[in-house]
Amino acid sequence: MILDGQVPGGPIADKWSKHKSDMSLVNPANRRKYDVIVVGTGLAGASAAASLGEMGYNVKAFTILDSPRRAHSIAAQGGINAAKNYKNDGDSVHRLFYDTVKGGDYRARESNVHRLAELSVNIIDQAAAQGVPFAREYGGMLDNRSFGGAQVSRTFYARGQTGQQLLIGAYQAMMRQVDSGQVKLFTRREMLDLVVVDGKARGIIARNLLNGELEHYAAHAVLLCTGGYGNVYFLSTNAGNSNVSAGWRCAKRGALFANPCYTQIHPTCIPESGEYQAKLTLMSESLRNDGRVWVPQKDGDNRPPELIPENERDFFLERKYPSFGNLVPRDVASRNVKEACDAGRGVGLTGRAVYLDFADSVRRLGSDVIADRYGNLFDMYYKITNENPYEVPMKIYPAIHYTMGGTWVDYHLMSSVPGLFVLGEANFSDHGANRLGASALMQGLADGYFVIPATLPNYLANETFGDAPTHSDPFKEARNSVQSRIETLSMINGSRTVLEFHRELGGIMWNQVGMARNEAGLKDALVKVRELREQYWQDVKVVGHTEDLNKQLEFGLRVADYMEFSELLIRDALARRESCGGHFREEYQTEEGEAKRDDENFSYVAAWETHGNDREPELHKEQLSFENVEVKMRSYK
Amino acid sequence: MSEMTFNLRVWRQANSESSGRLVDYTAERISEHMSFLEMLDIVNDKIILEGDDPIAYDFDCREGICGSCGIVINGVPHGPNPGTTSCQLFMRHFKADETITIEPWRAKSFPLIKDLVVDRSSFDRIIATGGYISCNTGAAPEANNTPIPKDIADEAFDAAACIGCGACVAACKNASAVLFVGAKLQHLALMPQGQAERDRRALRMVDQMEAEGFGACSNEGECEAVCPKEISTKHIARLNRDYMRAAVKQALRP
Repeated sequence: MILDGQVPGGPIADKWSKHKSDMSLVNPANRRKYDVIVVGTGLAGASAAASLGEMGYNVKAFTILDSPRRAHSIAAQGGINAAKNYKNDGDSVHRLFYDTVKGGDYRARESNVHRLAELSVNIIDQAAAQGVPFAREYGGMLDNRSFGGAQVSRTFYARGQTGQQLLIGAYQAMMRQVDSGQVKLFTRREMLDLVVVDGKARGIIARNLLNGELEHYAAHAVLLCTGGYGNVYFLSTNAGNSNVSAGWRCAKRGALFANPCYTQIHPTCIPESGEYQAKLTLMSESLRNDGRVWVPQKDGDNRPPELIPENERDFFLERKYPSFGNLVPRDVASRNVKEACDAGRGVGLTGRAVYLDFADSVRRLGSDVIADRYGNLFDMYYKITNENPYEVPMKIYPAIHYTMGGTWVDYHLMSSVPGLFVLGEANFSDHGANRLGASALMQGLADGYFVIPATLPNYLANETFGDAPTHSDPFKEARNSVQSRIETLSMINGSRTVLEFHRELGGIMWNQVGMARNEAGLKDALVKVRELREQYWQDVKVVGHTEDLNKQLEFGLRVADYMEFSELLIRDALARRESCGGHFREEYQTEEGEAKRDDENFSYVAAWETHGNDREPELHKEQLSFENVEVKMRSYK
Repeated sequence: MSEMTFNLRVWRQANSESSGRLVDYTAERISEHMSFLEMLDIVNDKIILEGDDPIAYDFDCREGICGSCGIVINGVPHGPNPGTTSCQLFMRHFKADETITIEPWRAKSFPLIKDLVVDRSSFDRIIATGGYISCNTGAAPEANNTPIPKDIADEAFDAAACIGCGACVAACKNASAVLFVGAKLQHLALMPQGQAERDRRALRMVDQMEAEGFGACSNEGECEAVCPKEISTKHIARLNRDYMRAAVKQALRP
């Protein structure tokens, strides 16, 4: 298969604007003849559904939760980047583009990233017009703060709840379309298969989570806006219901899955406290603006932090990376935290934590300023740990947070299955091997508000569509395969719960496919997850009725998909014999322990075609070329 | 680490038609660092291994922002800690061997689905009638063309912090939704962008709230007391004022 990213020609700064004028349109009177399915109602899904509804398309929007407003975008804390240059500190579209390509360790498609940087400014305008209560300066202008991997202040924020406010803006815009009848909302529905008719994505099979009914929905295009796969690690900062099933089911229907090994480990999470733990909680990267990361210089120094004098503390990020200091990108910060803890200098009960200390900032700025900036984060930390970060340093440790890999898409955000578009975290496109902070919100909204409303009409206008009634054979076939999976799973009646299996899978993934990977560990993990998958299908216990609200069954199906998907992730990690961004192979590092890329052999997108569980997946490569940024060793020193 | 035991009395109800009852469970080997929902996970794993149907409850982010979880704990929505969602409540706030009663939100406009899961789609329908500023994608002016004083933006944020969990309704003896509706009205009414639709928004949202069967406010303040985001009842007074103003203007329109 030849992978064509469909990138338009011309200078990079003109590609998008020129291509927009070149693409075909659907006239307003014809739009109502097209049905579009949007799966997921986070930032990408809600903004796409709202925008397409406004244009006049018939949209059907699906969420697995009881309300679209609960999608996990809501938990994003720190902010959203935009190249507004309101701070007059030298920011520009080009600089945001450059920072994002560099931050992604030169593994993203240049043209997509440039478009993202261009659209960043429109997102802020759109959100402000919707009434999103961004932080303001006293003069009434929008405020900014800095985030990792950038030397300018370009991050817009709404206290520590930026994701919530942006999502509510998009949700409200979508609900306006629900009111006008352009968007039909389906809550508590889970997409369990994609329906492909004559080679095109024409519908989905969704399980009604209230009564277990398998429902058929047809459309002219399907938009997957279903987020990332971080929960394959069991413990992550993702929400409990976040899952890879929709994306994985599309992969099994022919959509290539790209770069699954690019997983982002966020440096500042609250450390694990015990085996029962269901999730890890992120503390926003914005805290690194005013918090200083340190460990005791001496191994095993277990004095309380306030008794360790300044000259016996190692502010290792400031020491090793003087120009970026505590604001190095996430992958670099995470690895350094791990290194400090591996060397025995970690703190806390488990030794798997480092300090994030606000004492200097509280002294310099006063606790009121700190409270204004991070109040809700400090409160959340206090609630979870019972320790007051205004008085004692926070303890943090890295955790799985975001996944850069995802369904392969071309410049139009269309997957290798015509008519299946993939937006936001669910696609692979913009962040390369590492995402910079405050860029996820930007990408989800750029895709939904601005990219898809331009590229979807081009697809619709150029295709001819035959009938694809919901009672036709492709729908029946997909439904039957879902039905049999559900029946098989519910009849196993084994001896271990879904939760136990998921925890075990997560343990293998975190220990062997986590922050640092090596060939032997990956090969061993591959064997282990396969064995675990076999055990799962023999020994899992899913109780309750299939035709009922049955959360065990929902989770059982998702974990079954994680069992398969994890194998692809490991294979991708094995095949990529280099270190880049969030993918760190111990065999490939510099003498100073930094990631060592191999641009000659690995400057490509790894897009995998699956062939069922018994045959190995096939690797297709999309070569990356960098014409507008100089590819160099990433340095934050 | 010390481990605790709790006696749980949990509301079990198979569906909206069947009758429900409190069922006793024992939660064993519970650490003080566990969240309330992690404690329920442990109880559920035991129930599953015994072959019974586990307790159904909604959850998602488990960090207090999505608004999915909502459990009445010992008679109080979201439990004993002020400004806290059920998922952010930790077992250190309970005494070992305590009996904990666990029930769903109870309100006519939140029909029960199963066990602790209720249907809060009435909230979405209220938002759909007017909880937005109409601005099609692409139509927005440059963001800094509309300066908003910091104190106004902060106040709007306080109102916009609502997570739509429904605790305010569950705590109210009239099952009123005025705190939820008032917070949304104020979030948008405080912004200059929100003025054009201010009257229409107030009329439509309040009318829909009544159509959904939510009760009237009798100024008990229970809603503010249980709100995990500590949203102030001052928004209710403003809701009344905005609604009256809009209704009078509508009546006087020639």
